[in-house]
Amino acid sequence: MDGMDFTTTKQRLVVVGNGMAGARAVEEVLARGGADMFDIVMFGDEPYGNYNRILLSNVLSGIQDSSEIYLNPLEWYAENGITLHSGARVTEIDRAARLVTAANGIQEQYDILLIATGSRAFIPPMDGIVTPDGELRPGVFAFRGIDDCNKIIAYASAGRRAAVIGGGLLGLEAARGLMNHGCEVHVVHLGGHLMDMQLDAQGGAILRKQMEGMGATIHLKKSTSAILYSPDGITGLRFKDGSELICDMVVVSAGIRPNIEIGARAGLNTERAIVVDNYMRSEDDPRVYVVGECAQHRGMVYGLVAPLWDQAKVFADQVTGANPRAEYLGSKLATKLKVMGVELASMGITEPADDNDEVIQFSEPRRGTYKKLIVRDGRLVGGILMGDISKAAYLMQAFDRDSQLPDERLELLFDLGAPPQKVTLDEMPAEAQVCNCNGVSKADIGACVAGGARSPGAVMKATRAGMGCGSCKSLVTEVVEWFCGGEVEEDPSIHYYVPCIPLAKPELVAAIRGQGLKSVSAVFRALSATGEDANSKPALSSLLSTIWAGEYVDERDSRFINDRVHGNIQKDGTFSVIPEMAGGLCTPEELHRIAAAAVKYNVPLVKMTGGQRIDLVGVAKADLPGIWADIDMPAGYAWGKSYRTCKSCIGTSFCRFGLGDSMGLAVKLEKRFRGIDSPGKMKLATAGCPRNCSEALVKDVGAVAIGDDKWEIYIGGAAGAHIRKGDLLCVVEGEDAVTTISGRFMQYYREHAKYKERTYTFVPRIGLERIRAIVVDDSDGIAAALDKAMQESVDATYDPWKERAAPKTPNQFADVIPAKENA
Amino acid sequence: MMEADHLIGPLTQIPPGEGRVFEVAGTKVAVFRTWSDAVFATQPECPHRQGPLADGLMGDASVVCPLHERQYDLRTGAGLNTECSITTYPVRLLADGTMVVQLAPALAGAVGTA
Repeated sequence: MDGMDFTTTKQRLVVVGNGMAGARAVEEVLARGGADMFDIVMFGDEPYGNYNRILLSNVLSGIQDSSEIYLNPLEWYAENGITLHSGARVTEIDRAARLVTAANGIQEQYDILLIATGSRAFIPPMDGIVTPDGELRPGVFAFRGIDDCNKIIAYASAGRRAAVIGGGLLGLEAARGLMNHGCEVHVVHLGGHLMDMQLDAQGGAILRKQMEGMGATIHLKKSTSAILYSPDGITGLRFKDGSELICDMVVVSAGIRPNIEIGARAGLNTERAIVVDNYMRSEDDPRVYVVGECAQHRGMVYGLVAPLWDQAKVFADQVTGANPRAEYLGSKLATKLKVMGVELASMGITEPADDNDEVIQFSEPRRGTYKKLIVRDGRLVGGILMGDISKAAYLMQAFDRDSQLPDERLELLFDLGAPPQKVTLDEMPAEAQVCNCNGVSKADIGACVAGGARSPGAVMKATRAGMGCGSCKSLVTEVVEWFCGGEVEEDPSIHYYVPCIPLAKPELVAAIRGQGLKSVSAVFRALSATGEDANSKPALSSLLSTIWAGEYVDERDSRFINDRVHGNIQKDGTFSVIPEMAGGLCTPEELHRIAAAAVKYNVPLVKMTGGQRIDLVGVAKADLPGIWADIDMPAGYAWGKSYRTCKSCIGTSFCRFGLGDSMGLAVKLEKRFRGIDSPGKMKLATAGCPRNCSEALVKDVGAVAIGDDKWEIYIGGAAGAHIRKGDLLCVVEGEDAVTTISGRFMQYYREHAKYKERTYTFVPRIGLERIRAIVVDDSDGIAAALDKAMQESVDATYDPWKERAAPKTPNQFADVIPAKENA
Repeated sequence: MMEADHLIGPLTQIPPGEGRVFEVAGTKVAVFRTWSDAVFATQPECPHRQGPLADGLMGDASVVCPLHERQYDLRTGAGLNTECSITTYPVRLLADGTMVVQLAPALAGAVGTA
C-alpha cells in the first residue's frame, strides 16, 4: 500500500476528553495499529498533557510535585501524530454534520467520535457556597484536578482550621494532604461511618480511630446547610441540626458527577451518564462511543480505573476491527488503596444481603486490623481488608473470577503454615490484573519478561506496572521472579556507590586508594566511562573527604551549593545562618551579637531549631560573609551531610534528677566531631537521665546517663520522616569512653554506609550484633584503625565561615556580578 | 529583537565546574564554565520554582537546579528530566579569555514550552 492510499482511506477519530480514559483509549487504539487507520484528534479541557488523577492526593500531600504525575507528556502526542487541542472545551457536537466545536472556535470533523469527558466534583447546594457570580467563595475549594490541588496548597498553611466536607476516599485523602500542610483538620461526613462505599460500620469505626490518632477530628451524620463567612473570609459551617463548626477554609469532596451535558445536548440517551451498549457505543449513534466515568453500562457508572481500562480495550478492539466480537460485560468492583497511611482492600458488598450469606470476620482494633469476608454458595461476594492486606491479591482474584473458596475459611484471612504465595502465583490466571493503576496483567508482565526484560526495574519501566500508586510493587517483583523461574537479573547498578562508576563502595574505595585519586575530577577521569555526572559529585566528595581527610582536594564544584557557601539554601535562593551552640549553650554577649546582626541585615525570620540553636533564615548569599563576621561564632554545620549537632538537657548542672553531666558531654562531643563529613546527617544527643528530655533515644547517636558515671550509647535512632528508637549498643564508663565508642561507630558508618543512607537504615542493614562486635569488642581488629581515621578527619576540619576573609573560589559569595563590558 | 554582543569579562571570574550570575546590559544571565573551559549561558532561574541555576551542580554540559533537581542540557536548554526548558544564549571566548554573550534568546520559538 502506498502513501496515497493511506491519505484517502484514513478515518478521523476525534476524542473529546484528554483524561485518563481518553488517553488510555487512544493508547489501546495505537497498540492495535490504529495510527495507520486513523487521524487522531484529541480535545482536552485542561491545558496539560494527561495525568494520573489517582496521584493528586500525593501532590496535595507534598509527596510528589504536580509535574511528576503526567502519564503522557506533550511529546507523546507529537510522536504518535496526534493533534491535541488542549485548553479547548468542546461545547457542541453536530451529529448530522459529524462536527465538534470547541469554545475557542476550533472545529473538527469526525468519522468516529469518542466521548471521554469524565466527571467533575459534585458541589452540594449550601447557602453561601458560591458568590453571586457563580464562583466558589474564596476559601472554598473542590478537590478534583491539578488546578484545585494547586489552589488548596497555596491557601493551606499551618494554623488554618480546615473543614473537609465528605468522608469518602477522596475526602480523607484531602484531609491527609491538609494535615501535611499543618492545618487543623475536621472531616464532616453525612453518613454514619467513614468511607461507606467501601467499609461497613465496624471498619469505618476502626478507621475513624486511626484518623483521630493522627489528629483529625471526625464529625459524622452532619449535613452542611450553609457556609458562614465574613468580609474577611470563611468563618465556619452550619449544619442542618443547627450546630456550627468554626473553620477558615473548606474543601468539598462530596462525590462526583459525570460530565454528560455535551452528550445530552447532542441528543444521546443520558440517565445518570451516557447510556452505552456492550461495545461502549452510544445507543443512538453507531459513530459515537463513550468510555470512562461519563459512560453508563447496564445501569452502572464506574469511578475506578480498572473498569475504565477494560472499556478502553473493548472500544479499541471495536473501532480498529482487531476483535469485532469484543464486548464489555461490566466490572466487579474491587479496589486496593491507602488512605492516611492505612492500607485497605475492598470488594463487592459490605454487608450480607440475606441470612444464607456467610460472614467471616476478624477484628483487632488496637492495631487497626479488620478483615471481613462475605461468602455466598462457597464464593466470595464481598470483602474488606484493613491494616493487613497480605491476602488481598488472592481474595481479589477469587472475587473477580467467582472461584470456589477452600473449605478452611481461616486460610482466607491468614497465611497458615507453609507460604501459599507460590501456589497463588501459579494459580493466578494470565489475565489477572497485577497493577490496577496502569492496568497491567500477569500476562503483560510475562510478555515483557519474554521480550528480554529480566529485572523488576526493567519490567516496571517498560509496562509502567507499579508506577502508579506503587502499592503493587512487591507483587510485580514477585510476578517477574515467577516468570524468570528464579533467574531474575538483579539490576547491578543498585549496588554501585554512584551510577556512573560500576563499582560498589568497597571496590570504589580500593580503586581510589590504589590509584591515589584525591579529587572528584580525578575520580571521573580515572574511573568513569560516561563522563561527569552532576548528581554523583556530592557522593564522591563525601567519600573522598572520608578517605583522605586532610589530603582531600576539595573542588567546590563537586559540592552541593550548601557546602559551597556553608548555609542551607531556602526556596527563594537565600540561605540560613546557624552558628554553633554546643549543648544548646550560648553567652549573653553572643546573643547580643546575633540580635544586632539580625537587625543590621534585615533577617526576615529568626527561629529556634530542633537542635537547640538559633537560625537566621533568609540571608542573601552576598551578605553571608558580613553576617558571619558580625556574629563572630563558629559555623554550626546545619546545612550538610555531616555531623550536625548534639542536643542536651540540663543534666547535673541544675536538674534535680540529673545522673550525669549531659551538657558537658554534649559540648565535648560537638567540639570534637563538628564538621565531619558523612554519608547522611548525624544528629546526636546526650541525656542526663533516662527521662530523655533531649530525645537521645531517637538520634543517630545518643548517650544516656544511668548514674555512677555510666552511660548507655544508642545508635540508629530517628524521629524525622522515619521514626525509629535507637538500639542500645553498649554501656560504658566515663565520658571519654562515650567519645571513643561513638566516634568509632561514626567512622564505621562513614566508611560503610551508602551515600544518603542514614544510620536508621544502616544499623538494621548491617545488624546491631555485627556492629557491636566490631565497634565494642573489636572482633575484626580494626578498632585502632577506625579511631585513627576519625582522628585524622577531626584534625582536618576547620571553621568554614573563616572563608569570609579568604574565599576558596572566585566570586564565592556573589549574588550577581556586574559584567565588565569595557574590559 | 536586537541581537548584540556584550562583553562579560574574564573567564577566571567563574571557577571550573560552576556557574555565576552576571548582569549584562540590564539582563541577568547565568554563565557556566566546564572543566574543559567550555562556556554556556542561560536564563538565571529554573522555570519550575525559580531556583538559582548558577548555584546548581554541573555534569559535563548539564546543570541540576539546587532546589528540586530539575536537570537541563546547557547546550540546548532542553529539560533532561522535566518538561520545562530554559532559554540559552550564545556565548564565546575571545583569545584573551574574555567572555562574550549574545543577548537575544537563541532558541526563541524553537523550544516548545507547555
